[in-house]
Amino acid sequence: MLKILKYSFYDLMRSRWSYVYFIFYLLLGFVLLFLNNDVSKAVITLMNIIIVLTPLIGTIFGVMYYYNSKEFTELLLAQPINRNKIFMGQYIGISLSLTLSLVLGLGIPFMAYGLFKSAAIFDFSLLLVVGSFLNFIFVALSYNIALSTENKIKGFGYAILMWLFLAVIYDGIFLISLVFFNEYPLDKFSLLATMFNPIDLSRILILLKLDISALLGYTGAVFRKFFGTNVGMLLSMSVLVFWVILPVLRMNFKLRKKDF
Amino acid sequence: MIEFKNLHKRFGKLTVLDGLDLSIKKGGIFAILGPNGSGKTTLIKCLLGMVIPNAGDINFKSESVLKKWDYRNNLNYLPQIANFPPNLTVIELISMVKNLRPKKSKEQELIELFGLESFLNKKLGNLSGGTKQKVNIVLTFMFDSELIILDEPTTGLDPIALIHLKELIHKEKEKGKTILITTHIMSVVDELADEIVFLLDGKIYFKGSIDALKKQTENDNLEHAIANLISKQYA
Repeated sequence: MLKILKYSFYDLMRSRWSYVYFIFYLLLGFVLLFLNNDVSKAVITLMNIIIVLTPLIGTIFGVMYYYNSKEFTELLLAQPINRNKIFMGQYIGISLSLTLSLVLGLGIPFMAYGLFKSAAIFDFSLLLVVGSFLNFIFVALSYNIALSTENKIKGFGYAILMWLFLAVIYDGIFLISLVFFNEYPLDKFSLLATMFNPIDLSRILILLKLDISALLGYTGAVFRKFFGTNVGMLLSMSVLVFWVILPVLRMNFKLRKKDF
Repeated sequence: MIEFKNLHKRFGKLTVLDGLDLSIKKGGIFAILGPNGSGKTTLIKCLLGMVIPNAGDINFKSESVLKKWDYRNNLNYLPQIANFPPNLTVIELISMVKNLRPKKSKEQELIELFGLESFLNKKLGNLSGGTKQKVNIVLTFMFDSELIILDEPTTGLDPIALIHLKELIHKEKEKGKTILITTHIMSVVDELADEIVFLLDGKIYFKGSIDALKKQTENDNLEHAIANLISKQYA
């Protein structure tokens, strides 16, 4: 598996898009720091961008890589390697290279600005951790979609729809249901609903740490009231871990029956 | 050496293999023939573990291959369509496949045979179809394995490369290897094959030597004999 991982990682590191992604974050970091003039404020703005953008990029990279390397994967499948290892290697390779672009792209400008002397260093690291989680989650989800869809165009469409649903539509439905059922106690429902969306979960996780009540919103407030800041963070973090494990398990399950 | 037992495979509503039984003994060249869509590639992919049969069993050296992968160290496979990662150079691809299979390899000899020296540092995305097929052949023949599976090996090759390929296949046969070939080019079959396996409707329709086939169809020309077999599907 390590060999495949190494290969996928190098292949992606050599592709133009990894650099575009890296440079984008680099510029974003510098611009935000320049405009905000303050590390803590930049972290908040950054959160809003990371939470929507990393899932999108992870989704697109995952689907693209799967379909583009299909023939090569077939060559690998004829080699004496376990097929689960081929796909796990590819999956970890993509997720790692995306995570590297994120961490380096944002890390460099913040370090240059004096992150280590700032109090925001923990907030910032948490942001990177959550961004990495989102990479791993959305690459896994998009790989699942690609594995289940033969048709490239359809697979791409489903993957983008999934992102759109989790990043935008889910919140809309959630809000409408809150307005609609506001006569009922909705605490538990909203807690549960947040767990089912890794993007919402990440947002709450970061906001709990940043401790900005104004931005917490309804679910965040319920979350804090219910669990307190520390337990809430621990809980949301472990649910994020589940969000990685479950799609990966399904991938392995799907592979057992898949024809190439 | 290889045994397919009551093999069934469906893709949705389409039944491709329908209770296929076939046993192939060690040593010799076996041509797997059949009309388009008769299940030749599916049969081969089942053996390779790329397609998972709905029912039945496949034995390789009297051990079932289903859900296993280490047996593949003992076989070489030439896929029908050679599409490699475009960002990689030829030599990188070769060393990567070598890396994946810790086994002695003789790629240098083959690179010279097919005149690929000047392409070694070119990216695979920039190669022509025929050159890619040559790289494909090098990757397949560079390891010493008991079983060699060739799916349409002649696609896109120039006449000289074709001659080299045929020599290569002959040499491997003399070493006692078992070679499976699928092709639509009858002259290749006529020249190389010891035995013909003819697939039709997901079953083995004919298995035997070329002479036996000619006798059975009462036809002296192999091409016509095969056409005779195929035409029964349309009848």
